[in-house]
Amino acid sequence: MGEVTLSIFRGDSSGGDFVEYKVEVEEGQVVLDVVHTIQATQANDLAVRWNCKAGKCGSCSAEVNGHPRLLCMTRMNLFPEGEPISVAPIKTFPLVKDLVTDVSFNYEVAKEIPAFKARDPESGGGYRLQQMDVERGQEFRKCIECFLCQDVCHVIRDHPDNKEQFYGPRFFVRLAELEMHPLDTVDRTDLIRKAAGIGMCNITKCCTEVCPEDIHITDNAIIPLKERVADEFYDPFRWIFRKLSGK
Amino acid sequence: MARAAGTVTAPHKLGFLATLRSDGWWVEPALVAVGLSVFLGYLTVSAFLDEWAFEVGPYLTPVFEPKLAGVSDYFWFSPALFVLWVPIGFRATCYYYRRAYYRSYFLSPPGCAVGDAPKNYKGEAVFPFIMQNLHRFFMYGALVFIPILWYGAFRSFYNTEEIIRGVEAETGFGIGLGSMFLCVNAFLLMMYTFSCHSFRHLIGGGLDCYSCSNFSKARKSLWDRVSVWNQNHRLYAWASLVWIASTDLYIRLVANGHITDPNTWSGF
Repeated sequence: MGEVTLSIFRGDSSGGDFVEYKVEVEEGQVVLDVVHTIQATQANDLAVRWNCKAGKCGSCSAEVNGHPRLLCMTRMNLFPEGEPISVAPIKTFPLVKDLVTDVSFNYEVAKEIPAFKARDPESGGGYRLQQMDVERGQEFRKCIECFLCQDVCHVIRDHPDNKEQFYGPRFFVRLAELEMHPLDTVDRTDLIRKAAGIGMCNITKCCTEVCPEDIHITDNAIIPLKERVADEFYDPFRWIFRKLSGK
Repeated sequence: MARAAGTVTAPHKLGFLATLRSDGWWVEPALVAVGLSVFLGYLTVSAFLDEWAFEVGPYLTPVFEPKLAGVSDYFWFSPALFVLWVPIGFRATCYYYRRAYYRSYFLSPPGCAVGDAPKNYKGEAVFPFIMQNLHRFFMYGALVFIPILWYGAFRSFYNTEEIIRGVEAETGFGIGLGSMFLCVNAFLLMMYTFSCHSFRHLIGGGLDCYSCSNFSKARKSLWDRVSVWNQNHRLYAWASLVWIASTDLYIRLVANGHITDPNTWSGF
């Protein structure tokens, strides 16, 4: 491919700026390869988090030309030749150094979600699950926790104050997986409405657009959860039906 | 500590249109804004134009379906307004249109990874947008409109008027271009309704166990089908919007003598 210019953000929470690096790129390389080349040859102190280089660990999330992406899954031939490519840390979480951010917000949110609690086992002492009952959840289990959906979600990206009232798309995926599980006995609908703040999501689908695992976050997780919340809190007919049927 | 709000540091900024993107992110929301304004604007104007002929022979524009014009002399406003609140409410609270107008009209956000316009954003958690939770009730109303629109489409194959716009016409079964317009219109509006996210939830999305009974298995089969349609909800949303406006315009142009409808009853 020849020489390209990568403009990488260098700095920490006190400030910083983009620094341009010129580097030779070979056919088939991804942005993470080029960042590693720069780290090895021109900037030994460049901080970048990575692990598997196969799009499965979710570590190398960054913003390439302003788009939230995994560095290891972004091929260099995506970009027009001759134009600088910017690589920035993700915006939504506090910057540690260069391309590394502190994503512990997500682990704190995860702690707030009530864990899976199975109903009593069947007479044989175990459980039998049909494929038709678990296939919805299998889509959600593809999540690699790269937090690109959390990064792009404008509810917390552009309004940091909302972090105290909003879990973010990754955790709606988690909540959907738990809520739709045929064996689970915990009702999290009230948590989804209040603590998780699902009402703040205005379903503009950016989370779905950036998901490297192609999880249909909005259509298959967030909207079904919004409908479940509506079932319980905004539908008087269902309320009457529940009262009459005792369900 | 970790759930504390924190701040945004360089290279990022907060604020309207703040972004590191340099591509044409604004093209899609701009096109959507123009498209919605043109077609919704036309339909809004059309609903008020009850003095401009909206029916001819077996054709009645879907904007005035079911026909309430002439039912009472006390209507001082367009009779279309009696029924249009259902499809208007259905579209206004539709999950696809919400995405479209939040991005294009409210700029919240105007594009992915592009700064939001509102300063204090609470989304659909507070009034007025908390009312979006009423979508299912508009969906129930929209389901009623499906047979009504198909009735109008089938009725367009049977002419009962011997003289249409001063020209003798045959009566009985026949077919015209207007009939085709109305059939496609009913089909697209039906698919738009059946691909709705709330309908998908009603059909089977709310269940946790699909294998627990024959009834839940049947709902799973339906849910699978609706899920396929749901993937094309945006397509049906646009196609049905464009088509209902086109059908209305076509029938009005025929009804007011601007164009002639090719049909088997004689041209009118």
